[in-house]
Amino acid sequence: MTIPLSYYVILSAVVFLTGVVGVLIRRNIIAILLSVELMLNATNINFVAFSRYLEDLGGQVFVFFALTVAAAEVAVGLAIIIALHRSKESINIEDFKLLKW
Amino acid sequence: MAQLVFGYFAGVIAVAAVLVVALRNPVYSVLSLLVMFFHVAGLYITLHAEFLAAVQIIVYAGAILVLYLFVLMLLNSKQDDRYHRQWQMAVILCCPLFLELMVLFAGVDPGATDPLAAAPMNSGEDNTRAIGLTLFSTYLFPFEVASLILLVAMIGAIMLAKRDIGRQGA
Repeated sequence: MTIPLSYYVILSAVVFLTGVVGVLIRRNIIAILLSVELMLNATNINFVAFSRYLEDLGGQVFVFFALTVAAAEVAVGLAIIIALHRSKESINIEDFKLLKW
Repeated sequence: MAQLVFGYFAGVIAVAAVLVVALRNPVYSVLSLLVMFFHVAGLYITLHAEFLAAVQIIVYAGAILVLYLFVLMLLNSKQDDRYHRQWQMAVILCCPLFLELMVLFAGVDPGATDPLAAAPMNSGEDNTRAIGLTLFSTYLFPFEVASLILLVAMIGAIMLAKRDIGRQGA
């Protein structure tokens, strides 16, 4: 009747891999940040599932902290994107290759 | 019944996650991510984490995605967003990861001998109250550090996005 823990882990792994692929193949910087959000949510699903199955609220508290860090990441990331767009008029990742050899 | 609900939520989450990466238009990606966040919140409710479900909707769907959409509209990006030139390399790198996962889960016997069967939490207790008690007793110091992170992020975002920060002074 109940759902085994491994199902949640598999779901989380699928979402995380999707996020990794998105970070690697997208060229729009905002789409890359969205993929990072996908990965953060995958870890959150894991935390909540383990918190339920181990009967420990620590997992849910850590999701709370992950959420805080995600909000900070989005604020700083979008500010960086705005600054980049101001200097280069582009949010395509291939236009920024100053540090690339 | 529980499996049906989990199947629905898991299916929508997986499909929406793939759509976030696959859709060309970033606005559609953001909307697909919104659908995914709502279903993740539903999954949290089935896991008896009602407080986190509410926070998920308020913070992620209400604040973070609105910020994304705002910046997207502000920058007015053209839609010619194709995939990165390195996508072959990405596929090559991700195939071993995926194979590892499959090998790992092939060894898992789903359900039959799961030592961690879902233990019924004492449902009489309030989830929000329990989280609050844990957060402000055991995790008090990390909570304060989180507030510091938010402050640093706020100042950093203002400094980064402000126009002509150097020229205004003097």
